[in-house]
Amino acid sequence: MAHASIVLENVTVDFGGYHALQNLSFGVPEGQFAAIVGPTGCGKTSVLNMVAGLAKAASGQVRCGGRLVDSVQCSAAYMFQQDALLPWKTVLENVLLGPLLRGAARRDAETLARHWIARVGLKGLEARYPAQLSGGQRKRVAMAQALICGLPVLLLDEPFSALDAQTRVLMEEELLTLWQEQGATVLFVTHDLEEAISLADRVLIFSAGPGSRLKADYRVDLPRPRNVVEARFIPGFMDLYRRIWADLKEEVLASHERSKASA
Amino acid sequence: MSAPKLRHRGAILALQIGILAAILMTWETAARVRVLDPFFFSQPSLFLARAFTWLTNSGPLLGGRSIYEHLLVTLVETAGGFGLGVAFGVAAGFLLGRSEFWSRVFNPYIQVLNALPRLVLAPIFVLILGIDERSKVALGFTLVFFIVFFNAFRGVREVDRHIVNNARLLGANERQLAWHVLLPSAMTWILSSLHTSVGFALVGAIVGEYMAAAKGLGWVISQAQGNFDSAGVFAGMTILCGAVIVIELFVNAAERRLVRWK
Ligand SMILES: Nc1ncnc2c1ncn2[C@@H]1O[C@H](COP(=O)(O)OP(=O)(O)OP(=O)(O)O)[C@@H](O)[C@H]1O
Ligand SMILES: [Mg+2]
Repeated sequence: MAHASIVLENVTVDFGGYHALQNLSFGVPEGQFAAIVGPTGCGKTSVLNMVAGLAKAASGQVRCGGRLVDSVQCSAAYMFQQDALLPWKTVLENVLLGPLLRGAARRDAETLARHWIARVGLKGLEARYPAQLSGGQRKRVAMAQALICGLPVLLLDEPFSALDAQTRVLMEEELLTLWQEQGATVLFVTHDLEEAISLADRVLIFSAGPGSRLKADYRVDLPRPRNVVEARFIPGFMDLYRRIWADLKEEVLASHERSKASA
Repeated sequence: MSAPKLRHRGAILALQIGILAAILMTWETAARVRVLDPFFFSQPSLFLARAFTWLTNSGPLLGGRSIYEHLLVTLVETAGGFGLGVAFGVAAGFLLGRSEFWSRVFNPYIQVLNALPRLVLAPIFVLILGIDERSKVALGFTLVFFIVFFNAFRGVREVDRHIVNNARLLGANERQLAWHVLLPSAMTWILSSLHTSVGFALVGAIVGEYMAAAKGLGWVISQAQGNFDSAGVFAGMTILCGAVIVIELFVNAAERRLVRWK
């Protein structure tokens, strides 16, 4: 699974004069699980969009596996923050879409999709349409849809925020298992610091926008393989949490002040 | 369906029939006591009897044809106008919806053509295509085409950006994107206008026949009118109503099948 490192160099994102991100640089080596945390509106989704090739930087470069990203990436799976399932397709059809579009035979794609649907705990709901699912169930379909292709880069934008605590732990475990099997490079956006620390090798803190940059970059040296729940009781966890939270809190407050000032 | 809901349904149907009966009875009475002049307004007992005669005689009656033959002609014209309008409307809406450039180029033409009351084209179609079915199909086509076109256009244009991005990242090329995303999205819009388009196809057929034809339900009505036979006019309209109800049943069934996912 070569060529899956992600590099951003001096990236600026511009929305009609509003610089969401300014001169942002960071790199994620191949196979690393990096969590991105930051106040709302700081540009986390924008970063994923650029890595996916859906958005262009106003200046600077985004590279994936050494290649400049200048159009839609075919080596990245992206789980969107918003609902992006095809509403006119059933759960099964949604999940098998990736392999099918990439040239797999319908029967093989279907077998694989059934396996994945079971894996995200939705066995029996194959024939439902997205409108007939709960928010959390839809998220899980989206997860199966994104992960089924086994791509070297995974972009996950608050994938578990709509799930209840128990399902969430199950899905986090599932994601870790999968990542350990496949060794993908992961960019994982979340607002939940505990989730970030318990899953990731590294936590990137973005500063409040506009002109958001990398505020801090923490390594998470908790042992692997990890159990998502038990990781929270490992001695180093709370200490790390406190340090990261101190940084994050400043930015969250700054963001809050700014939005109040502009309101 | 729960029992109370079913009872509700029965009550609604009973009321609907009751209202129809009340209207017909008032009409009949008003005509008998000469509040309404039966010469213009006919009266239910007369035109229902006429419709009944037409429907029970399968032999030639009107212009050498049975009412069923006339009905069939009208329905075939409706189906023709509808089918062609949908086919070309979907194709045009899809092509222009995909291309910003061409949709800008064609925009003024489409606006003008759409604003034009296209029923005025009926005599021209008769001149060009003759008084047989083809001119009615053409009229229905011009009515249906624009409805379907605008809906297909919007469906392609307003498909959710995240769904498009998702499909692209999942590996869709342009052709696959059209098939898996844009077409289904356009379909939902087109289906939402299905009732209107079918209705307009029927309007095209009836108006076309009414203006110049030798057969069809519109022709039957216009003949009756020419003979100052108001019972014939209303009998024709009664049969038309029946046909519309049957068509609506089919459209509803089609709609339910095609937008199961909603
Ligand atoms: N299409 C757009 N046009 C204008 N401004 C935009 C657009 N998309 C995003 N923005 C702005 O850019 C900034 C970054 O947006 P982005 O979606 O990347 O934030 P985010 O960090 O993902 O936030 P959240 O945590 O709430 O999802 C925000 O302030 C947002 O208002
Ligand atoms: Mg976001």
